[in-house]
Amino acid sequence: MKKYIEGTVKSLPLAGLIEEAGTAKKYNTGTWGTFKPVFLEEHCIQCFFCWVYCPDSAVTVNEGKVVGFDYDHCKGCAICAYECPTKPKSIVMEKK
Amino acid sequence: MPELLALTGNDAVAYAMKQINPDVVAAYPITPQTSLMQKFADYVADGEVDTELVLVESEHSAMSATLGSQAAGARSMTATSACGLALMWEILGITSAYRLPVVMPVVNRALSGPINIQGDHSDTMGARDCGWIQIFSENAQEAYENTLQAIRIAEHPDVLTPIMVTLDGFIISHGLETVKVYDDAPVKKFLRDYQARYTLLDPSKPLTLGALDFSDYYFEHKVSQLQGMLKSPQVILDVGKEFYKTFDGDCCYGFYEAHEMKDAEMAVIVLGSTAGATRMVVDDLRSRGVAAGMIKIRSYRPFPYDEIARELANVKAVAVLDRSIAYGADGGPVHGDVRAALYGKHPVPVMSNYIYGLGGKPIDMEHIMGVFDDLKESIVKGHPKRRVGYINLKEGNTPSLVG
Repeated sequence: MKKYIEGTVKSLPLAGLIEEAGTAKKYNTGTWGTFKPVFLEEHCIQCFFCWVYCPDSAVTVNEGKVVGFDYDHCKGCAICAYECPTKPKSIVMEKK
Repeated sequence: MPELLALTGNDAVAYAMKQINPDVVAAYPITPQTSLMQKFADYVADGEVDTELVLVESEHSAMSATLGSQAAGARSMTATSACGLALMWEILGITSAYRLPVVMPVVNRALSGPINIQGDHSDTMGARDCGWIQIFSENAQEAYENTLQAIRIAEHPDVLTPIMVTLDGFIISHGLETVKVYDDAPVKKFLRDYQARYTLLDPSKPLTLGALDFSDYYFEHKVSQLQGMLKSPQVILDVGKEFYKTFDGDCCYGFYEAHEMKDAEMAVIVLGSTAGATRMVVDDLRSRGVAAGMIKIRSYRPFPYDEIARELANVKAVAVLDRSIAYGADGGPVHGDVRAALYGKHPVPVMSNYIYGLGGKPIDMEHIMGVFDDLKESIVKGHPKRRVGYINLKEGNTPSLVG
């Protein structure tokens, strides 16, 4: 994936400008976290709470179903695991 | 035809702002604002400018609103003084980092505390490393002309750096002078229309300004920002030359003014209004055969290091006058810069520093004459009579210059 910003002192856009829209997805923030969520599909009831609460839109959905996480953008905040209503939890946090 | 008007420094700068006719001006309408903005508000109320005047709730907000509208692509200005500038501090660095050519007149006044609203340079000296160009004015005429030129310098595509045009509190800001103002039409032509380098209001060219910038690119962006400052000296000279040619003015248009420096044995370096008194002292000394000279610095940031060193090449003793204290430093801020300019040069003049005029403490011609007396003695002794002296200070047991 092309990085959200590339260049040197001479070639960087003026003033730290990012000269295109929608570049947040190019910024890999997945390295920031200490923990990462792990999806346990067998417990999941597809309530989508994790998808709604995730502040980084990092819950991956495929054909109408939660299938896992976008680890390039998940910062490991654990909100998804906290909000998950199933018992036992369908999302558990693991140390990276 | 140019017109001669009786104007205070504040009125003169407000007149310049009227001719600039900025798209947006943001101001905090009580102290520490000055009559400069009051006068400009009159122009807005009287319909003499098209400016959108935004009255905000603090100087921090004034600078923020100015930054925002300039980033939107509008030529934007504000003005401030003293503690108002101090409250803007956070946004000063952001404005220069975003390469927004804001021009801001600053009436140089003391910072609290103790509470004082009179003139000194503590406010802009405190903001000298915020990435703004700083141009000092000696009188209302220079304040008027510097404000006009600052627009062209700041907006030059190689520079794109904000500028503070300073005028000494009360001495210039409230002193009534004869000011030569130029006709609107040639001034408008000189200023040119503002072409924003970027605008946040163009949906066809979406931009992010002020993104998070960690260790991967922050350093690179700060060094890239420096390029504007590094390219500004040539533009300051070019714009000054063009202004002189267009208006046949008689102000100082370079980085500094050298007065009687050709064969000077001793020299005083000074900023702002005190240059007027110093020039008269130099002329008086010259009439009595004393080889005295003066350098008035106009462009404090960027500082003309090489040029000042060249001017001082044959000077035996030099005194730098500082209208602010740099706590913990070697004398005042201008002194530090002049010393830096002389590093590695031979021979080096005997150097001394005089702090003066804090909180509006008067400085008279006899005080400056006293500095030259010290310099004379320093030349004979080969070392400075005072490394750092304080002019017109009730010092108690510490020997004062002229009390």
